[in-house]
Amino acid sequence: MRRLEQKPGIGAELPTHEALGGVVQLRAGGTYAADSLSLAMLLLAGPSAAGEWTAVVGVEDFGAEAAAEAGVDLERTILVPRPKDSWLEATAALVDVVTLVLVRPTGRVNPGVAEKIGARLRTRGAALVALGEWPRADVRLRATEPRWVGLGNGDGHLRARRMVVEAVRGAAPPRRTALWFPAEDGGMRRVLDPVTSIADLRKQESA
Amino acid sequence: MKGTTSRTLVVWCADWPVAAALGDQGLPRHLPAAVFAQNRVQASNQAAREFGIKRGMRRRDAQSRCPEVQVLAADDARDARVFEEVLVRLEELRPGVMPLRPGLVALRSPARFYGGEAEAGAAIAECVVGLGIWDVRIGIADELFTAEQAARSAGLQETYAVPAGGSAGFLRALPVHVLEDADAVSLLQRLGLTTLGGLADLPGADVKARFGAQAAWVRRVIHGEGARPVSGRTPPPELATEAAFEPPLDSAEAVCFSARQAAEGFVKGLATRQEVCTEVRIEVAMEDVPDSVRTWAHPRWFSSVDLIDRLHWQLAGVARRGGGAVTEVRFVPEVAVSEAVHADGLWGGTNERVDRGIARVQGLLGHEAVVAPMLQGGRTPRDRQAYVPWGDRPSTLRDRALPWPGSIPPPAPARVLAEPWPAEVCDQAGRQVLVLPRGGVSADPARYRPAAGQPWQRIASWAGPWPVTEAWWEPDGGRRVARFQLVGVDGRAWLATFDTDHWLTEASYD
Repeated sequence: MRRLEQKPGIGAELPTHEALGGVVQLRAGGTYAADSLSLAMLLLAGPSAAGEWTAVVGVEDFGAEAAAEAGVDLERTILVPRPKDSWLEATAALVDVVTLVLVRPTGRVNPGVAEKIGARLRTRGAALVALGEWPRADVRLRATEPRWVGLGNGDGHLRARRMVVEAVRGAAPPRRTALWFPAEDGGMRRVLDPVTSIADLRKQESA
Repeated sequence: MKGTTSRTLVVWCADWPVAAALGDQGLPRHLPAAVFAQNRVQASNQAAREFGIKRGMRRRDAQSRCPEVQVLAADDARDARVFEEVLVRLEELRPGVMPLRPGLVALRSPARFYGGEAEAGAAIAECVVGLGIWDVRIGIADELFTAEQAARSAGLQETYAVPAGGSAGFLRALPVHVLEDADAVSLLQRLGLTTLGGLADLPGADVKARFGAQAAWVRRVIHGEGARPVSGRTPPPELATEAAFEPPLDSAEAVCFSARQAAEGFVKGLATRQEVCTEVRIEVAMEDVPDSVRTWAHPRWFSSVDLIDRLHWQLAGVARRGGGAVTEVRFVPEVAVSEAVHADGLWGGTNERVDRGIARVQGLLGHEAVVAPMLQGGRTPRDRQAYVPWGDRPSTLRDRALPWPGSIPPPAPARVLAEPWPAEVCDQAGRQVLVLPRGGVSADPARYRPAAGQPWQRIASWAGPWPVTEAWWEPDGGRRVARFQLVGVDGRAWLATFDTDHWLTEASYD
């Protein structure tokens, strides 16, 4: 009864980190593919910081400190670092209880399996972020053009990174946003004047 | 009615970890001694306290106050093993002893046999002192919680009997810090409630909402409706669960691990009848030796983790007497009470739902497979985090507030490799870059390969070496390592380590 009452409509918006506001909005029942672990952590941070439970399956090299810096609440994060061959079963069990699951599948994912997980996500109102490839993911996110600040030739240390996050939804043209990820003060935020395309850049320059 | 109910007697061996450790090492018990966990005092004896050694004190401070203090390591298994000796002696006097934890045991008061409660207490104290344990205190009361508090109020080798029906009056005068929940104690004190009497006068529903389940339970005990043994009932035998081992298991760890599911089933079986277990009989069947049967009591009620703890203690005791391989473990509920006071809200909590999901994954992959990520202090990114099996308490987390010289400044790397990869770093001429004994590099790094089989990468910028001598106190002189941050021309950053003569990739700022 309660589930019927509270069931979030398919596609209900989930909290998303404000730095990603311009390119992607997490939705219940959605699947997202990301090619970088720190980008996946940023996706995790949205619901986690809003008090939701999250789970991470198959990411043996999950850097807890970096996740905390991104805004993930570790107290509500469940980690299954080595699910071996059972990553699918573990993911299915966790989809029932958490809002967002980050999974690194071992090997290629069968489209039929992805469809089954997708159906489960929709009934539970959860979302899935795959690290790597995911068949027919709603949105594919790529971290491109990383540029680190602070390192010299034998001196300094890594301080901040500027990079461009590119989100592709189906056949639509990619959306891009430049992020300080992280900024010098440890925060994650958009670089002012986001460069959406080369044409925009030219316009800015000529203006 | 009061006269006919059986009374509970609690034997408390004060500072048990210290007494057990001294006894185990054959040291005289009058020496100042303290048990340390993570370099802090966990328990100390009276002689040590006279020097001003207190719980939570650092080892160095303790030794500066009393240089001859015996430094003993904390060890739960040893405490349980040595306590077994006390249990065996008590069982000779009065069958049906119920240990609560090492150092604390309850039994039905044998007052009628000895002709009075004071006499019974004296006989039992004499028997325990006969084993060389001086600091023993005995409390007698209508139920377990009060008896335990009475034992803590008793003098050395003395008996404190709370008269029948006098539990409420006795408990009301106790200070609130006898509640084990530090948060609740602090809150009560800030609200100006210094004794349990003040807590008892508050309305029950408010106490549960504001101070938690334990305070609510204590309040019920004071009002005479707590989990007293007489009001419990013997649950039907079908609620017993067992785990059989084929082939038999030798190690206590393996038995405890395999019995986990039976323990969970036990708690769950009672929960479906809305009951919790306060006394459990654990039967351990072994090859070639007689079965070990022991009844354990819990001041509140048993969770599955508690059951496994008790099983572990029992196995430690068995091992002392020369145990055999274990063929079967059985949990039999002796006394169960209604869980009404602990019941959750009508709809259940979110956390309970999450716990069920986690239990499913644990059933699939094993208990250790589901972990909680935690942060701790350390130098390398790998040392700065800990994966603690879900449901376990983190045992030894390093303090993050300490300076940790040699640690890498933030931001932290997103990928922390569980096992470092063997890497290669070359200079312009293709020779391996070395870190010289004085801390310089043989040449500027120019090319980098994170792991064998991966493509070579040209280095755009780098920083280091940051030398650290690790474990220099070891006899072989420890390891001298130097850390580098490397950024390739593709913009990806890595954390690499030069260790004596080879390179390792430790983490990636992916």
